[in-house]
Amino acid sequence: MPKYVMVIDIERCIGCMACVIACKKENNVPEKHFRTRVVEEVRGEFPNLRMELRSELCNHCENAPCIDACPTRASHRAKDGTVQIDRKKCIGCKACILACPYDARYSHPEGFADKCSFCEHRLKEGKKPACVETCLGKSRIFGDLDNLSSEVVELLRRHDFSVRLEFAGTQPRVFYIKRSFTGGL
Amino acid sequence: MDLSRRDFLKIAATAGGAAVATNSVVKTVLALGKRPVSLPQYIPTTCEMCFWRCGAIAKVVDGKVVKLDGNPIHPNSRGKLCARGHGGIGLLYDQDRLKTPLINTGAKAEGKFKKVSWDEALGYIADKMQKIKEKYGPESIALLTHGSISTYFIHLLQAFGSPNFAFPSFALCRGARDTAFEITFGEAVGNPERIDIQNSKVIVLIGSHLGENAHNSQCQEFAEAVGKGATVIVLDPRFSTAAGKAKYWLPIKPATDLAILLAWINIIINEGLYDKDYVARYTLGFNELAQAVKEYTPQWAEKETDIPATLIIETARVLGKNKPNVLIHPGRHTAWYSDNVQRQRAIAILVALLGAYGRPGGIYLSPKKKLEPVFLSEKDYPEHKPELNKGNYPFAGDEGLTHVIVKATLTEQPYPIKAWFITGTNIMKAMPNQKDTIKALEKLDLVVAVDIMPYDGVMLADVVLPECTYLERHDDFFVVKERALGVSLRQPVVQPMYETKPGWWIAKELGKRLGLEDYFPWNTLEEFLKTKAQIWGVDYSELVKKGYIEIPESSKPYLLPDENYKFKTPSGKIELYSQELKRHGFDPIPKYTKHEQPPEGWFRLIYGRAPVHTFSRTINNPSLWELMEENVAWINTKVAKKIGLNHGEYIVLVNQDGIKSNKVKAKVTERIRPDCIYLVHGFGSTSRFLRRAYLRGADDQQLITRYAVDPIAGTVGMRVNFVKITKEV
Repeated sequence: MPKYVMVIDIERCIGCMACVIACKKENNVPEKHFRTRVVEEVRGEFPNLRMELRSELCNHCENAPCIDACPTRASHRAKDGTVQIDRKKCIGCKACILACPYDARYSHPEGFADKCSFCEHRLKEGKKPACVETCLGKSRIFGDLDNLSSEVVELLRRHDFSVRLEFAGTQPRVFYIKRSFTGGL
Repeated sequence: MDLSRRDFLKIAATAGGAAVATNSVVKTVLALGKRPVSLPQYIPTTCEMCFWRCGAIAKVVDGKVVKLDGNPIHPNSRGKLCARGHGGIGLLYDQDRLKTPLINTGAKAEGKFKKVSWDEALGYIADKMQKIKEKYGPESIALLTHGSISTYFIHLLQAFGSPNFAFPSFALCRGARDTAFEITFGEAVGNPERIDIQNSKVIVLIGSHLGENAHNSQCQEFAEAVGKGATVIVLDPRFSTAAGKAKYWLPIKPATDLAILLAWINIIINEGLYDKDYVARYTLGFNELAQAVKEYTPQWAEKETDIPATLIIETARVLGKNKPNVLIHPGRHTAWYSDNVQRQRAIAILVALLGAYGRPGGIYLSPKKKLEPVFLSEKDYPEHKPELNKGNYPFAGDEGLTHVIVKATLTEQPYPIKAWFITGTNIMKAMPNQKDTIKALEKLDLVVAVDIMPYDGVMLADVVLPECTYLERHDDFFVVKERALGVSLRQPVVQPMYETKPGWWIAKELGKRLGLEDYFPWNTLEEFLKTKAQIWGVDYSELVKKGYIEIPESSKPYLLPDENYKFKTPSGKIELYSQELKRHGFDPIPKYTKHEQPPEGWFRLIYGRAPVHTFSRTINNPSLWELMEENVAWINTKVAKKIGLNHGEYIVLVNQDGIKSNKVKAKVTERIRPDCIYLVHGFGSTSRFLRRAYLRGADDQQLITRYAVDPIAGTVGMRVNFVKITKEV
């Protein structure tokens, strides 16, 4: 079984938001809800500034608080290691939404919890997640961590990387790589 | 993701030569006790959510478009679409679309519409046009136009006898750039711009905010270059997304860009950093240039621009050291001040000094092959009075000048304009000085607007005709001039909704009622496209399946070493010193012009793009609206503190002529200079027919009551307005 991960090359993100809307259309995400977002963070004072544009989504954690919090096993780990939600089992109690430290889940108007699935249905067809496919900057890279010749392995080998809220101990499968750079004057 | 060859063939097979998907294929598996499963169809077409015109592939299920993706073989999309491209579905299914022809029964521009049939609407227009022609001549009917529909309406108007059309995209957008490059290199930089950004070692962006403008393939290449470690230099009063990728962000004082360009030229010549062989081989006027820029020292430029001289010198050396693989981005919206063409000339001259034209990482050459034009009909247009659409501007482009049409309508000089056709453009948001536009409209005997959505500019018309969206129609071929030459097809992926019709049909039907049927010698546009493809030697059925075909062996991006290249200028050389400009009484080498700066307590109004919107055209699109419902006014943190303004608080902007904006939220940020305020363009619609967008955000164009005009090409300067902040909302 593959071990799917996403690598996000922060510097290549140009904030175009194509990922956000491609995801919405691909997964028929209801109005006012999103499965992914791009966060802008600025540091410094004019004119000495630095900015980071950071894609955020479900981290498909190895140690997933949402799975622990789910009373019905609707939130579960699929065979490929990704974290998925069985809509039929979900009772809409929202425990998982509160348990997730990444604010990656929302309550679907039809009464179940929903979040990024790494486009599970596309993976089955041999395609990449919709956000990855359309990413103009090729800032989102998807692949199998167990495949040593994959691009994700290569990137994680070559660069420093981090995960969000490492101290939470969730062991995310979304990795952020960063090259050294100096913005501003 | 790149579709594999096999996948792609599968898609093509499903699209199966049928251009229009009316029903999707249904595979019944009743024997298994399951519901019938609809198989999707994938149909390639050309996007028109903006002017980039990417190749898109529509996924259609049960006659509904459920997803749009980038066509992997199209050079403008490369398998990817931007947010707006994906949001095309929102345009198609927007409940607020224009659905039937409308005639205004109220006072001029009152917007009191009754629904009418196509026959009644077209008969009404034809009748009025004939009356105007009898009384004033056919030239008194003008056309303001943008996008694919322009082809048919320019043809119709010319067949009727009027040469007076104007594209806002010239005077109000990229005209200055194109003129300057034509003067210097004999040729414009093209659309998409012929920039070899993926191979650039240094990228200079002068106000160009890549990423925020989401020009698809260009953004892809920009990210590629950034990923490879290119040095980015950004001149912008605002810390743009691109500035966030820059090693050098130069927060330049607005209106002083030419100072830094001239200082760079000076340093590069002085320090011998220019490409000497290239300059000797290909250019004319180097000595005159060297003389003329002597006065523009870095110390002088520092005083003008607020950028330290040391930094001006350092960046000039970065350019020189990395020549010729340097991209000085020629920009796109260059309608800034009264000296647009000269500022763009300085960019062109800098490109030439660095030897970057026709070199990797600079500006690549046009494809070496051409496709000869094939016209909608072979019949000659009738004789007419001289056109007035270029005014007295010797270098105005063939696309015409919108402000000249407005002026001629108001003054009736050199002859009266009595009717406007407005196709594919929102004149209230595209054109400055809205008061003049309204006054001109009030003088007209006939105003016809053809569009998809009830934009504010559209709903001022006497007759409104609903065009169907790009997903529901054929259009003329798009000749793609990327590194290679190619042909892109637009074909309907679903049938037109409501009573909407394709632009070509509207022009043809109106032509019929004007006795001009000979100018439309085909029954459907597809019939014409098939003929055209045959003349060009392009396989139409393959185009239907693939959406894009590249013309083989048409690419020659770079000059060969020591090539004797002949530029398309009168001299055959790159003209650093322009004889043509001199002949018309203009400076043959750019000179610095000082522009007025805002007085104490006032801010210069600057404006730009957001990646999820295309001007005012997408602000009601449900898919895109939810990502950005209204714009915000960017205000420097220190300024906000001084006046006690909080982030997110609603304010009103008032300009120097007392014009008040709609209320707009303050974005209090470090990312902008204290002497300017920035708005994303296109918001604050006054059309109540746009239920989502109505009065959301502030309209920058409303505050642009004043504009400068560049005497060379008649391009407009719209960054010459000053605003104040008031908290009385």
